[in-house]
Amino acid sequence: MSAPGAMLFGGHEVVLPIVLPLVAGALLVLLERARSRWTAPLGLAATLALLALAIALVRQAGDGTVQAYLLGNWQAPWGIALALDRLSALMLLLTAAVALGSLVYASAGEHTRGPHFHSLFQFQLMGLNGAFLTADLFNLFVFFEVLLAASYGLLLHGATRARVQASVHYVVFNLTGSALFLIAVSLLYGLAGTLNMADLAVKLAELPPENQRLAQAAALMLLVVFAVKAALLPLYFWLPDTYAAASPPVAALFAIMTKVGVYAIARTTTLTFGAGALAGIATPALPLLALGTLVLAAIGALAAVRLRGLVAYVVVASAGTLLLAIGLGTPGTLAAALFYLVHSTLAAAAWFLLADRIGAARGGSDRLTPAPLAAGWAPLGVAFLVASVAAAGLPPLAGFLGKALLLQAAGETTLAVAVVALVLGSSLAMIVALARAGSTLFWKPVDGPGTPVPAAPADPNRPAHTLAIVGLLAAMLSAAAAAGPLGRYTGDAAAQLVARTPYIQAVLGARPVPPAYDVRQEMRARGELK
Amino acid sequence: MLLLLALGIGTLAGCGTWLLLRARTFDVILGLTLMSYAVNLFIFAMGRVKVAALPLVADGKVATLANTTDPLPQALVLTAIVISFAMTAVLLAVALRARAETASDHVDGTPEAGGETRGGPR
Repeated sequence: MSAPGAMLFGGHEVVLPIVLPLVAGALLVLLERARSRWTAPLGLAATLALLALAIALVRQAGDGTVQAYLLGNWQAPWGIALALDRLSALMLLLTAAVALGSLVYASAGEHTRGPHFHSLFQFQLMGLNGAFLTADLFNLFVFFEVLLAASYGLLLHGATRARVQASVHYVVFNLTGSALFLIAVSLLYGLAGTLNMADLAVKLAELPPENQRLAQAAALMLLVVFAVKAALLPLYFWLPDTYAAASPPVAALFAIMTKVGVYAIARTTTLTFGAGALAGIATPALPLLALGTLVLAAIGALAAVRLRGLVAYVVVASAGTLLLAIGLGTPGTLAAALFYLVHSTLAAAAWFLLADRIGAARGGSDRLTPAPLAAGWAPLGVAFLVASVAAAGLPPLAGFLGKALLLQAAGETTLAVAVVALVLGSSLAMIVALARAGSTLFWKPVDGPGTPVPAAPADPNRPAHTLAIVGLLAAMLSAAAAAGPLGRYTGDAAAQLVARTPYIQAVLGARPVPPAYDVRQEMRARGELK
Repeated sequence: MLLLLALGIGTLAGCGTWLLLRARTFDVILGLTLMSYAVNLFIFAMGRVKVAALPLVADGKVATLANTTDPLPQALVLTAIVISFAMTAVLLAVALRARAETASDHVDGTPEAGGETRGGPR
């Protein structure tokens, strides 16, 4: 462990983003049982603490050191290691920001619609943070399962018929993905004899030629599993239904869930499969499938009949853009992907919350048909405009800068023409879809005897709703305002990903802390142990 | 021995895939269970198949992989079993709820046109 002076809690801060939600979630189970009024405050306090911790970790990782943490004090690769680098820290911060936004929104009333919302929420955060921190492939599987198990519960929160229906598909699809994950992981273990990502990076590059095909099969299987989570072309069909059916704050939190798949693809293709026969394993297929995802997402957005369905396709499009950038695999496109990731995640989270508010103002329906708006539509319209500009990637927001960076970096690759044409084309389709939705929702007069304006909506606006949406939109706007520092950080993070060696050295070079009190030595002294 | 194990895994995975692609939630759950059996056996096999080898250590023998079985896949498989067991239970609960909500055990909630409905009247 390097640079001990700069550390927050003597190196243990790396494991805190996992321990904090775990302890908070366990406490919340008890509080929810007792129907305590401290449930929501504790959940909010834990998420706020997580945000503060994530900010500290980003500052710590910002100097470029990769900080490894040996769980159980066993040297890697024998024990499981965590590692904090720039990318992990950025993902932790993004998770905490999105989580805080959706939890504030949920605390306005949504959290009382079913049991155990707050504890499941914390366990979901634990799984997400663990997946972003771990340096072990099997441990990644375990954290995937933690976050999925929590997400099954959250998706069913306030179980309506549509949610239960979407849950069946979601659970079956992800369980099948888990089976594939296990096959791929155990195949890699059978070939390389290790599961530590840094150790795998070294061992897989030195595989004998007769095993290389098998390793490629395992690597591609693993990428398929991550593509299920990230919503890549043939595997995204679960997403629109699931996200449109989920309770709004849960859908906002799920905006970060697709990014877990994107993160895992970025991490494994650069680190674990970054050298030897596996180098560039995703390059032929991933950009093409991502371009296909962009096209279908644009068609889906144009065809959406509900606002939340439209937003779900905005999420698919952003996943397509990200996977395209990662699939192209140059340092420039990786940097653009990370820059765009921050913006698009915040935008998607804000969008799901905003769509719920617009639906509530229209008397509970977010169908894209003309209907009278309740009072107070003007702020909703302004928020709709800001969020649309963000989702479509128009200037002056950071989504535009991210896409511009991507197009600039993609110019050097062989797919340049297709990338430029399809990214710009899908952006145009998004603009058309959003503009049409906006004019239907806010401008179209209602012909004939329309439904009367609901005097008091069933789900009235509360300050927490406004706070959550404004907070997420402000975070997104500040990403545009601070584009310089953010761009430098994501550029450095991409460079760190491509460099590989610092990560490998940090994980494999981490030494266990010598025990303060050695039982075995004492037993030897007493002659009880040979 | 190896051939037998491989055939067993293949049969389980094949049956699991076939059941997984059927339209009733009960078949799908059975398929996922068979898949997880196949996966668990596969993880075991990736630690190399050894007959009559030491589990971990014994007196007078050096505890290396030449003398013992690989303990790591056993730990992995234990984790995988616990997780798949729990997740199957979750899926059963969700499927039962969906059956109650839609009065059909079709995975899409609506029986296909012309097909018989195994559930009661809608």
